[in-house]
Amino acid sequence: MQRSRIVLSGSGGQGVITAAIILSEAAVIYEKMNATQSQSYGAAARGGSTRSDIILSDSEINFPKVIQPNILVCLTQESYDTYSPIIRPGGILLVDSKYVVTKQKVDARHISLPMYTKVMEEIGKPIVFNICMLGALIGISKLVKPESIMKVLKIKIPKDFLAMNQKALDLGLKMGAQSIN
Amino acid sequence: MNNKIKFVQGNEACVEGALYAGIDFFAGYPITPSTEIAELLSMELPKRAGKFIQMEDEIASMAAIIGASLTGHKVMTATSGPGFSLKQEALGYACMAEIPCVIVNVQRGGPSTGNPTHVSQGDINQAKWGTHGDHSIIALTASNHQDVFEMTVEAFNFAETYRTPVILLFDEVIGHMREKITIPEQGDLAVVQRLRTSVKKGVDYHPYLPREDGRLPMSDFGSEHRYNVTGLFHDMWGFPSNNPKVVRELLHHLVDKIDNNVDQITRHREYWLDDAEYVLVSYGSSARSAIHLAKNRRKRGNKIGVLELQTIWPFPKELVRRKCAGARAVIVVEMNMGQVLHQVKSAVDNPASVFLANRIDGKLISPTDIKTLLRVIQGKGV
Repeated sequence: MQRSRIVLSGSGGQGVITAAIILSEAAVIYEKMNATQSQSYGAAARGGSTRSDIILSDSEINFPKVIQPNILVCLTQESYDTYSPIIRPGGILLVDSKYVVTKQKVDARHISLPMYTKVMEEIGKPIVFNICMLGALIGISKLVKPESIMKVLKIKIPKDFLAMNQKALDLGLKMGAQSIN
Repeated sequence: MNNKIKFVQGNEACVEGALYAGIDFFAGYPITPSTEIAELLSMELPKRAGKFIQMEDEIASMAAIIGASLTGHKVMTATSGPGFSLKQEALGYACMAEIPCVIVNVQRGGPSTGNPTHVSQGDINQAKWGTHGDHSIIALTASNHQDVFEMTVEAFNFAETYRTPVILLFDEVIGHMREKITIPEQGDLAVVQRLRTSVKKGVDYHPYLPREDGRLPMSDFGSEHRYNVTGLFHDMWGFPSNNPKVVRELLHHLVDKIDNNVDQITRHREYWLDDAEYVLVSYGSSARSAIHLAKNRRKRGNKIGVLELQTIWPFPKELVRRKCAGARAVIVVEMNMGQVLHQVKSAVDNPASVFLANRIDGKLISPTDIKTLLRVIQGKGV
């Protein structure tokens, strides 16, 4: 497996960092990869821009920050405007179509999906928006198996919320897979 | 699934290390980026019959762990920047009264409240000289979570062995970043237990009378023996004294018990040093960037090595001198304005060949930052 350098970005409260932790934990615990996950955030408890850097690799990872992501996810216009210029040429840029208007100015495969809208239509709870995003990301990139994500969720979240998360993950997986066909 | 493998923050690795070493008392006051240490111990200690207290501030937290340690507990507190400043007075008390304790400082940008959510390594000198008066101190650090775990266990061991406060100087990147650790089985790592006196109850116990090997057996305060503890210079009974001989000998003892054991206290890692023309000296999260760069440049035939310091204080001068002796140039990689640089310069044979690659803007220094300086030193331009 080549080294994947991923940046997930958005606004505080969207679950960006939680999604990053779930993805990298799935890779480490259930798929025997190495991963580092780090984040940058300001002193505010809510709002403000959030960014999490993830590196997935078979070999040892030293420098844990991502300079040029080959996968970039932006869930707000602000994060898109800030981070889209740093994407590795030819990389994958996933955005939410409700929150981000893309300008197609960078050399990347732009994938704009109505993740938030679908979650609200079919589940009605915004808290699983980030899991839907993870589903889409995996549907596009096959970074880890969807089952590995669910195994992490089974440990991390109350039982009653599992079905809703599974639904959000599946919703994302479907959208992600369709977008590359 | 092996449940000994965890994907955790550095702060959690520190908690796991402390639990492994047998911590049973923690007092603290939450502060970013160290808060997770207090948060996790507040959940874990009660499960193991330990005590967690959130005190009214950092000064009280430091005082609380000193008291708890005297009564026989393995203790720790955790803080950052401004909180570490507040702990300095009581830290000196623990040095003087020779009370084992572990103080974690997850470094953030300073001075003052500075840059709470961003990384820095600006407290290196404060760890040594933040409290007043001649004294020696042990300060350890680590660049990855497995080592965070091990250094935390070492910190508890050194605290007990040398009856001294030990400082764990982590930084925001190490504290908050997540990566894999494997929790060792009990017995895989040595854990030093409290050395208690064999003096029977009712027989005079001298709290500050060293054994032949220099160590001072302790008696749990408030149990079998009555004795005095003070921040004043004191005699073997623990009572204040300004007898010049007592003062001189105690100060020597406080410094010598650590400085004469540098070799026992020094922990380090080294990468590709055997034939290195350029040696990067680093520690904590910046060592990750140094290793990353050296690994990549090695692939291109550049002879670069890394000396990663895990013991910062007492500074391992002889080790640094030896490892840098064959180098054309030495680059100290750190996130401050040259605190370890100064130590390295005074350790090596040729101080003029020591350079600083640093970053002080709250961002983790990158391999490219180091490479830029390296190219200038090599005469390859920017």
